[in-house]
Amino acid sequence: MNQTILLLLLPFLAALIAPALVRVLGEKAAWLLALAPATIFTHLTGYLAPVAAGEKFTMGLQWVPSLGANLSFYIDGLSLTFGLLISGIGTLIILYAGGYLKGHPQQGRFIGFLFLFMGSMLGVVMADNLIALFVYWELTSITSFLLIGFDHNREASRRAAVQALVVTGGGGLALLAGVIVLNLITGNTELSLVLNSGDVIRESPFYLLAFWLIIAAAFTKSAQFPFHFWLPNAMEAPTPVSAYLHSATMVKAGVYLLMRTNPVLGDTAIWQTVLPLFGTVTLVIGTLLAIRQTDLKLMLAYTTVASLGLLVMLTGFGSEKAIEAAVYYLVAHALFKGALFMVAGLIDHEAGTRDVRKLGGLRKAMPITFFAAALAGLSMAGLPPFIGFMAKEEIYYAIAKPDAWSVAITVFTIFGNALMLVIGAAVAILPFFGQKVETPKHAHEGPILLWLGPVVLSICGVVSAIFASATNLLFISPMASAVAGDSVYAKAAIVFHLGVPLTLSVVTIALGCLIFWKLEKARFAMAYILRKIGWGPDHGFDQFIAGTVGLSTKITRIIQNGRMEAYMTTVFLVFGIAVWSSLYIFDELPNWPRPSGLSFYETGIFLLAFVGLLAIIYAEDRLTAIISLGIQGFAVALIFILFGAPDLAFTQFMVETLSVVILALVMTRLTLHKTDHRPFYEKSFDFAVALTAGSAFTALLLAVVQVAFNPALSEFFAAYSRTIAHGRNIVNVIIVDFRGVDTLGEIAVVMIAGLGIIALIRIKGRQPRVEGDQ
Amino acid sequence: MEIALALLVGCFFTVSIYLLLSKYVIRILLGVAILGNAVNLLIFTAGRLTKEIPPIIPEALQVPDGIIANPLPQALILTAIVISFSFFAFLLVLGYRAFQDLNTDDTDSMRFAEPVDEPNPPLGY
Amino acid sequence: MNTIIFRTFAPYLTALMVLFSVFILLRGHNDPGGGFIGGLLAASAFAIYGIANGVTPVRRAIYFHPISLAGFGLFIATLAGLPSILAQVPFLTGLWVYPKIGSVELALSTTLIFDIGVYFVVVGTITSIALALEERLED
Repeated sequence: MNQTILLLLLPFLAALIAPALVRVLGEKAAWLLALAPATIFTHLTGYLAPVAAGEKFTMGLQWVPSLGANLSFYIDGLSLTFGLLISGIGTLIILYAGGYLKGHPQQGRFIGFLFLFMGSMLGVVMADNLIALFVYWELTSITSFLLIGFDHNREASRRAAVQALVVTGGGGLALLAGVIVLNLITGNTELSLVLNSGDVIRESPFYLLAFWLIIAAAFTKSAQFPFHFWLPNAMEAPTPVSAYLHSATMVKAGVYLLMRTNPVLGDTAIWQTVLPLFGTVTLVIGTLLAIRQTDLKLMLAYTTVASLGLLVMLTGFGSEKAIEAAVYYLVAHALFKGALFMVAGLIDHEAGTRDVRKLGGLRKAMPITFFAAALAGLSMAGLPPFIGFMAKEEIYYAIAKPDAWSVAITVFTIFGNALMLVIGAAVAILPFFGQKVETPKHAHEGPILLWLGPVVLSICGVVSAIFASATNLLFISPMASAVAGDSVYAKAAIVFHLGVPLTLSVVTIALGCLIFWKLEKARFAMAYILRKIGWGPDHGFDQFIAGTVGLSTKITRIIQNGRMEAYMTTVFLVFGIAVWSSLYIFDELPNWPRPSGLSFYETGIFLLAFVGLLAIIYAEDRLTAIISLGIQGFAVALIFILFGAPDLAFTQFMVETLSVVILALVMTRLTLHKTDHRPFYEKSFDFAVALTAGSAFTALLLAVVQVAFNPALSEFFAAYSRTIAHGRNIVNVIIVDFRGVDTLGEIAVVMIAGLGIIALIRIKGRQPRVEGDQ
Repeated sequence: MEIALALLVGCFFTVSIYLLLSKYVIRILLGVAILGNAVNLLIFTAGRLTKEIPPIIPEALQVPDGIIANPLPQALILTAIVISFSFFAFLLVLGYRAFQDLNTDDTDSMRFAEPVDEPNPPLGY
Repeated sequence: MNTIIFRTFAPYLTALMVLFSVFILLRGHNDPGGGFIGGLLAASAFAIYGIANGVTPVRRAIYFHPISLAGFGLFIATLAGLPSILAQVPFLTGLWVYPKIGSVELALSTTLIFDIGVYFVVVGTITSIALALEERLED
């Protein structure tokens, strides 16, 4: 099997052994476990050169070929860059988690979950098969549920976990519907093939359906307004999760989906309206909400929402330049946001708080942390010489066009970027400069496991900018080509080029500095406005859940009312009406056959059965009822004899005898109402229901016997019973030989019933036994 | 012939369903017992009727000589009879235990699993 | 029902019925009969014995707990399917041997073992049901 496929399944294996390894080695196990994602990362770098040269790889295993469900993978520029980010940052996160949860009793479980997530996320971006994509997508939702709810003793964690699962899992269902629609339109189940059918999809009458379903999946996963609320709540998770899932990887899955489907769904008016619109709204709302926060992680979380909005806007903007900018920003964001989250966690871990108002002057105590925070914060702020600056230049270069739509977007983007600069600066500056503030813990530099991640990521932010031509060649151009659907050559460089973009950058920086200066005031103003509004989607989620529970309770009360009679009346009434009406509608009502001659004793046996049945209903006491039951049973046995079934007749005799015996044994010990005391109207209604269903059976049976009989199966048994199975009693041969496996199952059922009865008789009752005859 | 048996099957079902719909456990049990017979007769008749010739190959022959009764429904019914008997016995004991524990044979008063005034499920996480 | 005649007569009746049930079981492949019918017959025999003389003598007579008889039956019915692995045919395919003892040719097969398994399951289950109910009546 292909080495790459094995490596893509490696995280799941690592998840299995992680708990045991951590139990033995403690947090040092992280060094060993980080080898898994590091191996994947190294292996994937081998694809860089061929992919940059324009090659694409597909590989896979067949699973259900007839349904087109295969475990197949597709590597091109887009999935490769994502795969490298996931495995690369994943390596650092595993190390970071080793330090962050050092000594935690559940550390092994935590790292196991992280690996499960890593495997699922790699699957999402690499999956070629649409069904596999859906499965991996839902797996990321489930693993993120486990990770957010890791600290499951706190209600806030549980709520955040459920919320994330409901929102992203619900979006996953939309994705399933979406990929099915794509499959129906194109007839292909492999993404790599679907991607060739852009024109077919765009001209299909189901384009809009596919579009909205994919949008629903992407917007929920990538926390676009109005689904943005789950992402800040997910900050309840331990910081390694926030750094990994909620900044660098999982939330980008939605953006990935949009980028992946851009060649086939994009380039339409609705795509270029909906995406920029929601993206811009999310950008502005995300940054506005970010300034009112004082918790480092929450500030970062809201800017993540904003950044995702920016990415969605760029993906939908509809020019190759915008896509190139989106790709640039995606890489930049993964680097600086991952680093900043880890810094926030590091400060929290060492100083005991993440509230910016309670932090200050940590520069001396935590120099390495400060170094990483400063590099990442400046990159986020969009200052040279960082990749964040290049990304912002590219953005302005792409969207600054003279038409009104572009101008509006540009204005909002400048505003959003300025606020992003404020947050970047706040996270990088406020905790480290100023007066030394007394923190809950005595702050000092963390261990290498904790600072390695942020330092590596923030340095990457500089290196990738300095060696811009290599970055362009290996990452940006292949990825942008995959997103755009044809070749794109990125040319961004770290040198300033005078013009509109630089001017806009300067404006952004100036605006940002202004707001940063008045940050306290801006925060109070935002808090005041939010208090005035009062309601938000987060509150709406609670109302939605409460409403759903209330509704389902009401429905359950109606459907499951606890009255068995009602259940059975429904079943039989529906059955009777369904049979009669379908016989009528499809014109299959049986002809009324002329009664053929019944012999004297046949008439007698039928009458005996009928009398037995009537006697059961009218029986005045239970003994009569039991004997009447015996009568109809023996009549059935006689019918079997009449029509050539001695085996059946014999069995029926035995069973009826035993039934009567055990019924008598039980009934003599129950005090029961001897006859039916129900009012007449109830009885008549029940009889009407029974007659509807019973006559339906008669009609059905008559209709069946009036069509020609297909004797193939019976003739087969008759022909081979003696010749190959060596038995002359065909019935017995069928039971023990032809259909032996069935019989094996049936005797198992008989035995299980017997075990159940013994258990029922032996268990003690909840109340003291009430004997009927006492 | 089929018409008479079809009518009889209808009678079996009607009586059985009527008993199942009554609220008393013991009558419901009688209904279950009859229901088994009703279904068996239904399958039996649907496999077409042949008078008095059992599906047994004579000693001297390898395949049956002439028309025989259809063996397939017989094989199905034979096991069905035994299984429905086990099931009936299980229900009988279950009904008996329910009567002992709940001290009623009226299904409307057997509300242990679905109480009338059940409170709403708790909200929260 | 505990008349002296019934009580005296019941053990012999039971013995006869059990014997007859074995006969019914073994002839089942060629004539009306088989594991299900034989099993039911034997179970009725034990039930009659139980009603007449009480459950304790029946339990003593059977020696094993009836439900373990049923378990044994299910076990050998499953085992009967295994030789077909050696013959490389699907599970539970009937295999036949015809050993000669003197001048009598015996027809032995895995289907016979299977039918005996069915017999034991039916005897065991139904007897244990009947005895359990009768036992309850006594206390």
